[in-house]
Amino acid sequence: MIAALAFYAFATVLIASAVMVVTARNPVHSVLFLILAFFNASALFLLAGAEFLAMILVIVYVGAVAVLFLFVVMMLDIDFARLREGFQRYAPIGAIIGGILFLELVLVLAGWRFTDLAADLRLAPVPAGPVSNTQAIGRLLYTDYVFLFQAAGLILLVAMIGAIVLTHRERVGTRRQVIADQVSRSGSVVLQNVAIGAGISPGSILRPPPKDAPKAVEHHDAHGGHH
Amino acid sequence: MGDITEMEIGLGHYLVVSAILLVLGIFGIFLNRKNVIIILMSVELILLAVNINFVAFSAWLNDLNGQIFAMFVLTVAAAEAAIGLAILVIYFRNRGSIEVEEISTLKG
Repeated sequence: MIAALAFYAFATVLIASAVMVVTARNPVHSVLFLILAFFNASALFLLAGAEFLAMILVIVYVGAVAVLFLFVVMMLDIDFARLREGFQRYAPIGAIIGGILFLELVLVLAGWRFTDLAADLRLAPVPAGPVSNTQAIGRLLYTDYVFLFQAAGLILLVAMIGAIVLTHRERVGTRRQVIADQVSRSGSVVLQNVAIGAGISPGSILRPPPKDAPKAVEHHDAHGGHH
Repeated sequence: MGDITEMEIGLGHYLVVSAILLVLGIFGIFLNRKNVIIILMSVELILLAVNINFVAFSAWLNDLNGQIFAMFVLTVAAAEAAIGLAILVIYFRNRGSIEVEEISTLKG
């Protein structure tokens, strides 16, 4: 009874916030409603008994994906009013296609049922006994699906590298350390043949005469001009 | 069928919720045809609907495979969001706008 009421409450809020995501005037509100939708979906997962997935949904979606969306929406200076042109024009065709799709889904739902063999066709039945959902998923994920698990990690790695490579920007005018130049430099360091035992008195390290001393001063002036 | 079973939540309830969510996601893509950010969010909603379907079937068949697959869907969705938003950021940096209809740079 309580579970049913909770289901209806969460499902209602989920669908209402999904409506707000697609119709909100301000994209920041859209992202916030998306977060609310994810929270409610994770509550639905909890009601269905998928505790681990519910927590993953909160951590991954609310903690990472939605915050990423929020960052991008707030970071980019976008003229959202212009983007909303044609909102009314697109609404009817969207509603028609959505309505047709929903009708089809309802028809499928109405005429569909499990086969009698459904219970026998299970690949990974939930283990009996006091095994929590997380434990059961872990047992399955690290044995039968270990290669898929690694592949998922690889996908995330590729996505991470891709995002960094795409958004990385070479700034002009900044000084960077070039290792190759440092290693291959010649002339600025001179090897002296000092008599054995003579040594070099401290403070008298030999340096080459500054070749571009005036230039350096000029550069310093140009730099100092900012202040 | 007593009163108690009538109130009980079945597989159908979950499937209806996920169907509504899927339709809303697709409706959102049509509604916000110019705004890539909202389109990406609609895609996230669609993937969430898929995940609800997976979890519902997994719970009602007592089969853990659905939950495993939902996790992989989650992984791919996270990767897709990261890459999509990165592309969006560099597109905005280059063009100063994110209007979908203007994105024809890649056209041959």
